[in-house]
Amino acid sequence: MPSEAEMRLRERLSKLGGVKLLRGTKVSGELERLQEQLDRLRAEPTAEDIWRSVELARHQDRPYTLDYATRILDDFFELHGDRGRADDPAVISALGRLQGRTIVLVGHQKGRDLKERTKRNFGMAYPEGYRKAMRAMALAERHGFPLVTMVDTPGAYPGVAAEQHGQGGAIARSQSAMVRLSVPTVACVIGEGGSGGAVAIAVADRVLMQENAIYSVISPEGCAAILWRDAGEARKAAAAFKPDAAHCLELGVVDAVVPEPAGGAHEDPDEAARLLGEAIVAALEDVEGMDPDLRRRERRAKYRAMGVLASA
Amino acid sequence: MSSGQGRVDVEIESKRAQEPPTGGGDHPNTCPGCGSHYRDDELTQTLRVCPQCGHHFPVRARERVEQLADPGSFAEEDGDLRSADPLEFFDLRPYTERLAEAELATGLGDAIVCGRAEIDAAECRLAVMDFAFMGGSMGSVVGEKFARACDSAAAAGVPLVSVTASGGARMQEGILALMQLPKTICAIEELQDSGGALLSVLTHPTTGGVLASYASLGDVVLAEPGALMSFAGPRVVAQTTREKLPDDFGLAESNYRYGHLDAIVPRGELRPVLARLLRLFGSG
Repeated sequence: MPSEAEMRLRERLSKLGGVKLLRGTKVSGELERLQEQLDRLRAEPTAEDIWRSVELARHQDRPYTLDYATRILDDFFELHGDRGRADDPAVISALGRLQGRTIVLVGHQKGRDLKERTKRNFGMAYPEGYRKAMRAMALAERHGFPLVTMVDTPGAYPGVAAEQHGQGGAIARSQSAMVRLSVPTVACVIGEGGSGGAVAIAVADRVLMQENAIYSVISPEGCAAILWRDAGEARKAAAAFKPDAAHCLELGVVDAVVPEPAGGAHEDPDEAARLLGEAIVAALEDVEGMDPDLRRRERRAKYRAMGVLASA
Repeated sequence: MSSGQGRVDVEIESKRAQEPPTGGGDHPNTCPGCGSHYRDDELTQTLRVCPQCGHHFPVRARERVEQLADPGSFAEEDGDLRSADPLEFFDLRPYTERLAEAELATGLGDAIVCGRAEIDAAECRLAVMDFAFMGGSMGSVVGEKFARACDSAAAAGVPLVSVTASGGARMQEGILALMQLPKTICAIEELQDSGGALLSVLTHPTTGGVLASYASLGDVVLAEPGALMSFAGPRVVAQTTREKLPDDFGLAESNYRYGHLDAIVPRGELRPVLARLLRLFGSG
C-alpha cells in the first residue's frame, strides 16, 4: 500500500503530464528527470511549508553570494564598477576558478550587519548594478568564460534616482544580454528571487534553486497589500502564488532544486556551499560540450516555451 | 472607459501623476487636467485628447488599432488564446472569475490585441495592450501573443509596432508571469536577428514587468505626453524611500530628459510618425 505522500506525488505527476505547457516541449522528455527531483522533495508543499521557505530564504544568517563565492571558487577576484557611473555594492561581479576553469560570477549581495546592510542597500540594486552585471557578462563572452549568477534580492530598488537612471530599461537589457551570450550560463536562486530585479540576472541555460529559496513575481507583502488590501496577509498571498522551489520546478521555471543541510543553509554554510558548488559544476558540465549556437538557441527555446495557456 | 479602471490587479499599482482637480469627479470622460467634460463621440473624434488642455485620455486596444491602422487593413492574429489558471489562484475571489469578468467587461480575450496591419500603406504587425483588462497585466497570454507577433513580423519581414499600457506582471499567474519578461525578450532577439525592427510606443501607464522587458527594448522607443513609465509606481517609491517625489516623477518628460526615450509624440502625430519610421526601416 503506497504511503499518502507517495500517492500525492503520483497525483502531482499525473497532473503535470496533463498540463498543457506551451508547445508540449517541457513535459514529455522531462517527466523522468522531474520524477527524480520530486522524489527527493516532500509531497505538495502546504501553506506552512511555503511560509517556512519565505522565512528561511530571508533568514538573517543565510549564506549570501560572497559566502558561497569564497567557499566554492579558488582565486576569487572581485571586479568593481559599471564603467559609467558607479560601483553598486548590491551587486558583485568577479573572476574565479571553479574546478579547473575560469568563470565569471555575478550575484546580488546583502549585508550581514546593520552597517553593511545599508551599504549593500539590502541587496536591492540600482540600474548601475545591472550595468555592472552586463559589463561582467561582456567580459565572459569576450574570453569564453562560463557565467555563473547568484540571485538573492527582495527586488530592484524602487527609488527616484533609480528610476531616473533607467531601472526598467536596465533590467530589460540585462536579460537581453543573457539571452545573447554564447558562453555556458548557470543561474542559482540562493535566497530571495524577487521579481524583475531577480530575473534580470537569472536568464540562463540551467537555472538552479536552493531547496529553501523563493522565486516570485512580487513579494508576499506587496501581493497582499494589493489583492487583500492588507500587507499583513502575506502568508495567504505566499500560499496563493507559491514561490517555493517545488512549485518553481513543477512549473518548469527552474531546472533543478539544490538540497540544503537539515534546517536550512544557515545551519551549515560549508555543507550548503559544497552542495551548491556540486550542482553548479554538474549544470555547467551538462551544457559546456554543446555547440555555442545550439546552446543559445536552446536557451531561447526554453524561455519561449514558458507559460500555460488555454484556448477560447 | 469601462469599469475595468476601478480596480488594478497588477504588480505595481499605478496612480495618475496629476490628481483630478477638486470636485472634478470620477467620470472617465471628465478631463483630469482641466475638468472639461466630453461626450464619448467627441472624444473619439479628438483621438481621446482633451481639446482644451491636451490631456491624453486612455485608449482601449481596438480603438487604438482604428486610430493607427489604415481602414480595413487590420487582421487579428491569435485572438483565441486565453489564460489558464496554473496556480489555481484564489485571493478574495478566484482568478478564473476575474478573467471571465474582464472578458465580459472588455470584450477581449486578454490584455493585448495583435495582428497584421498597414499604416499609411506600410505593412507591419501591431501588438496593442489594453489597460482595461486587469490593468493591462502581463501573464502567459500577453507574453505568448507578443512573442508570436514578433515571429509573425519576422516571417513577413516587416517591423513590429508595440503599444503598451500595463501595470506590470500579472500576480495571479505567479512566477510564470515573471517568466514572460525573458520570454518576450527572447522573441525580440529573434525578430532583430532576422533583421526585423521593433518600434515601441509607451502610453500611460507602462510600469513594472512590461517596462522591464519588451517596452524598453524597441529599436526606437516613443512615448505619449504625460505617460507614466516607471519600474516602480510612485506610491511604492514614496512608501519605500520616504523621499519627496519630483512633480514629473516617472513621466515621459522626465524619461526623455534622462535619455530613456527617443521622442515624445502627441497622439495626433503618432500615425504619421510611425509611418515615417516604418519606411525608414524599409517597409512599404
